[in-house]
Amino acid sequence: MTSTPAAAAAPGIQRDAIRSYPGFLWKALGVATNGTWLFYGWMTLLTAIALVGANAWAVQVRDGMIVTNMSDHVSWGLYIANFTFCVGLAAGGVMMVIPAYLYDDEEMHGLVIIGEAVAVAAIIMSTLSVVVDLGRPDRFWHLIPGIGKFNWPMSMLTWDIIVLNGYLVINLHIVGYLLYMKYLGRKPNPNWYVPFVFLSIIWAISIHTVTAFLYCGLGGRPFWNTSLLAPRFLASAFVSGPAFILLVLRVLRMTTGWQWSPRPAQTLIQIIRVAMSINLLMLASELFTLFYTGSGHAAAARYLFFGSHGANGLVAWIWTAIALNLIGTVLFFQPAALERSWLRIAACLCCIVGIWIEKGMGLVIPGFIPSTLHEVVEYAPSMTEWKITTGILAFGLLVLTLLVKLIAAVELKQISQPKGSGTTEAQA
Amino acid sequence: MNNLNSMPELPILNDQPTGRRSFLKACGATLGLAAWATALRPLTEWTEDLNVDEFLQKHYRELTADQKQAVFKRLEAETKENYGADVHITDSQPIPGVQFAYALNLSICIGCRKCAEACHIENNHDRTTNNSYIRVFEMQMGGIDFEKGNATYDHPVPQPGKFYMPVQCQQCENPPCVTACPIEATWQEDDGIVVVDYNWCIGCRYCEAACPYHARRFNWEKPEIPAEEINPQQGYLSNRIRPQGVMEKCTFCLHRTREGRMPACLEACPTGARVFGNVLDPDSEIRWVIENKRTFVLKEELGTKPRFYYFFDE
Ligand code: SF4
Ligand code: SF4
Repeated sequence: MTSTPAAAAAPGIQRDAIRSYPGFLWKALGVATNGTWLFYGWMTLLTAIALVGANAWAVQVRDGMIVTNMSDHVSWGLYIANFTFCVGLAAGGVMMVIPAYLYDDEEMHGLVIIGEAVAVAAIIMSTLSVVVDLGRPDRFWHLIPGIGKFNWPMSMLTWDIIVLNGYLVINLHIVGYLLYMKYLGRKPNPNWYVPFVFLSIIWAISIHTVTAFLYCGLGGRPFWNTSLLAPRFLASAFVSGPAFILLVLRVLRMTTGWQWSPRPAQTLIQIIRVAMSINLLMLASELFTLFYTGSGHAAAARYLFFGSHGANGLVAWIWTAIALNLIGTVLFFQPAALERSWLRIAACLCCIVGIWIEKGMGLVIPGFIPSTLHEVVEYAPSMTEWKITTGILAFGLLVLTLLVKLIAAVELKQISQPKGSGTTEAQA
Repeated sequence: MNNLNSMPELPILNDQPTGRRSFLKACGATLGLAAWATALRPLTEWTEDLNVDEFLQKHYRELTADQKQAVFKRLEAETKENYGADVHITDSQPIPGVQFAYALNLSICIGCRKCAEACHIENNHDRTTNNSYIRVFEMQMGGIDFEKGNATYDHPVPQPGKFYMPVQCQQCENPPCVTACPIEATWQEDDGIVVVDYNWCIGCRYCEAACPYHARRFNWEKPEIPAEEINPQQGYLSNRIRPQGVMEKCTFCLHRTREGRMPACLEACPTGARVFGNVLDPDSEIRWVIENKRTFVLKEELGTKPRFYYFFDE
């Protein structure tokens, strides 16, 4: 009774797949709430940080954005900086996918889903970063096409909303589908996910390109108004994304019994080496153009790197970023980085923090300093902004932890569809 | 009932259905929920000030005449309640055949900031920040270089070797702020004035980043004005008191200019440096200035096509 030939009973199997779904969700909930004390500790810590952030945000909504240090001169700050970085992280998640599918690297296929999970968490973080930047979050519905008033295709922000949500849906679909099939013990049907995988590759490029257009399309802000911005965004995303995935893989290997060969990580490191070199090259070329011609366009760059008129709030940030990026790059080029060494972890951390500053504070703030009328008003994030931003990061990590834990549990067959249960019940 | 095999496993209670662990988890979950509720409590204090009508209000350009009247009534009542002032909210429409433009004679502007002050009062700006749509720059003779300018000067004017340059919204013919807005909360009216629907704006501040002239202002908190200082003649799209968390900007005082009056900044100027009017009217003073003076606009290379002209006397 239970061994109906799959081909003959496709509708039946589909029905089973739907019937088993609640069971899958139930067990997934089990995985999410069961673990070692280390897991509980980690989740409690993240929840606590997220709570502090949520509270700070609630106060900000009540009292107004005055609790941030933003002003009419520097009207975007840490939130949008973090948003930009997280979009890069999301786009970089796809760097697991490209070698796996374009070059058909079999072993990476199994790990692709980790990259997609990172992308999902990163998109959630970027969306939250925008929401907390809104002065009127209660009017969020004005942004919903159909109900609100969507200024598409003119406003780059509407493009960004479309591509970010699209990317989230695509990745959720791929992760969910692969995971559920594995849970059922069935081979995923390529028709159901391979087209989406290729779509996600193109889409990943689009999210970061559109996010760059958000800035470089503004003629009044010379610091952003450069055609090199989108390529630079992509290059740095293809460093921060893989570097972050490497960290996730390391944690996964240390906390679960899941094992794989060193090859996937080595592929990622090759990608990082190339992407980081291109990133640094483009940075150098941009700095040359700015400083050698010495035009008025250099005012923001001068402020960023050396300070101007006695204002030098970003100088320490940017040199830290450059130092970290250079150290990270040198470390990644060491042969030891190809082994499972601590050097690799250090390299990843350097590059992630370096790019977080460079693509975050180092990119957003100098767009406003000097202002469009050349006033120099400085900005440093307020306590509220730090709390909210850290809260968002904690929440993102929380989502990621749960996703990855679930993926590992399915992979290691800690949860799976009880053999034959679906059909037996149907007959009974 | 007792057939455990056909029942899904209860993961939360997996190992010991009545164990210490599940008890702790239940406590943890309850505590967690309570913590979230506490953390977000300030939101409920904030929503007390909001109402359903405001939440559901449509975009200005989609409101019918009746709906508009209802909105204005509600806003007037809210101003009474929150600020203790009786105000009248109007809705002046663009006049067909009128395109407004502004010109400013830099040779006679003395930097007294009377225009900025008049703007502050006329437009019901927040008193604590001393906000105004106009910033006056003290510039170095010998060029028009904002890098050598200073908008925060605090000394008697005019100073030797300096000239003064007030900057406000240029009412660009090709406004980057309007293109930027994701929800059409800001747009250009038929007479060229760029306006904001303060009840539609979500406060993303993308327009503020897009404006090349530092013309936009954000309401970082609820504006504070004593009842007796409130200007009761208010336009829905111009000088009514703005809510917290939305964008605002100069509207060429459309509640005055569309009714045939001059902008408040022009009336306040003691030297007569400001010229305002309808460029489509061949006999207007503004037309004469544009046709006969060597005028220039700010950042012409950006292609924004400002309707705000500067000129010098010979
Ligand atoms: S000056 Fe700025 S706010 Fe005014 S229309 Fe131009 S871009 Fe918009
Ligand atoms: S702040 Fe308001 S007016 Fe400006 S772009 Fe955002 S929604 Fe539009």
